[in-house]
Amino acid sequence: MDLNMDLNAPHSMGTTIIGVTYNGGVVLGADSRTSTGMYVANRASDKITQLTDNVYVCRSGSAADSQLVSDYVRYFLHQHTIQLGQPATVKVAANLIRLLSYNNKNMLETGLIVGGWDKYEGGKIYGIPLGGTLIEQPFAIGGSGSSYLYGFFDQAWKEGMTKDEAEQLVVKAVSLSIARDGASGGVVRTVVINSEGVTRNFYPGDKLQLWHEELEPQNSLLDILNSPSPEPMNI
Amino acid sequence: MSSIGTGYDLSVTTFSPDGRVFQIEYAAKAVDNSGTVIGIKCKDGIVMGVEKLIASKMILPGSNRRIHSVHRHSGMAVAGLAADGRQIVARAKSEATNYQSGYGEPIPVKELAERVASYVHLCTLYWWLRPFGCGIILGGYDRDGPQLYMVEPSGISYRYFGAAIGKGKQAAKTEIEKLNLSEMTCREGVIEVAKIIYKVHDEAKDKAFELEMSWVCDESKQQHQKVPDELLEEAKAAARTALEEMDAD
Repeated sequence: MDLNMDLNAPHSMGTTIIGVTYNGGVVLGADSRTSTGMYVANRASDKITQLTDNVYVCRSGSAADSQLVSDYVRYFLHQHTIQLGQPATVKVAANLIRLLSYNNKNMLETGLIVGGWDKYEGGKIYGIPLGGTLIEQPFAIGGSGSSYLYGFFDQAWKEGMTKDEAEQLVVKAVSLSIARDGASGGVVRTVVINSEGVTRNFYPGDKLQLWHEELEPQNSLLDILNSPSPEPMNI
Repeated sequence: MSSIGTGYDLSVTTFSPDGRVFQIEYAAKAVDNSGTVIGIKCKDGIVMGVEKLIASKMILPGSNRRIHSVHRHSGMAVAGLAADGRQIVARAKSEATNYQSGYGEPIPVKELAERVASYVHLCTLYWWLRPFGCGIILGGYDRDGPQLYMVEPSGISYRYFGAAIGKGKQAAKTEIEKLNLSEMTCREGVIEVAKIIYKVHDEAKDKAFELEMSWVCDESKQQHQKVPDELLEEAKAAARTALEEMDAD
């Protein structure tokens, strides 16, 4: 084991992030692992950040970069909402993120998925990967763990899902990705956004379904101290 | 009915004892001396029309445009000092492009009107700038539907369903109020606007005029454009006929 862990390495969110549209809104999902090299700096982070009442963003890549970009965009959107006199659209939020990502591409390392609901377009997902491209998609995946999900989504994704179908899909996908990606782990957080508002959900890591070759969670070996002495064997 | 503000009207940064800024009121007079400009909001879009008084027989017809497109979805008709109007249109175009670049979507008409009004108002705050001598009628079609705004030299801007500025504005407003705009389509609106402009044109005082019209409606795919030639001719013919019928009475 490498004991010379670089505890001063920049915090990176290995991450799996997902955004999915359904019939009536969007579901955003993410894992909760923030790593500093091989050390898990935060095993219960919240990578789904609020930008406005109706628009949220999933953050991946450098934790610092993604936080700063979100903070700037939240500030701009707040002013924009005041001027406009009504909630900002998802498209505007995504565009502001894109401009920051593109114009500072040499200095930033962050992939973002913007998702939300507005009264003009309904539920929308926009993917903004590393270079600052802006692409509107029916669903988007990002982060290191997403590599393991491309085939899964090709097979499992369908148009016009219900809210529950979409949320189950997201939880399953993040869970699969946590199983295979070392840089993703912890719990699964989801945020559902539609015309009625926003709902946050939490799925503890040890309650997720076990996949191929995954073992049952091992409890602490300290349980042995508290367990009753074994019965003597009768020969 | 004009009031003299002797002593208090030399600078736009001076209030009169009864709380008026005379320079701004004088700027509005410049607008009142210009040819009539009308805008109406029909159920499916906006129609704008301008009575372009022809200064000289040697001017090429179609030149000296008074209605300008600010963005794909909106346009502006100007009354008053033409050169001042050019400045305002340029500023509006710039605001619209910057908004689109920064926010990724066309500027909402309400926002555009506010920015134009702010800019016009700005020039009433400093002694080293004079107010714009222009009235603006701004019509646009965004995702909240068709909207019509009017901006005055003071920087006030309101939203209207029918607006008129210039020489014949009183008569034009009376005519507009008679119309049933909520039931009217833009096609019908074009004819009505032409009739009104012909009607309020003062044959005695002013000689010839040229009619310039534009619209932004469902039929034009929510793009601001000149009214198509055949429709314009149809409108002019209908207006002339209506005028003759009135004279015949």
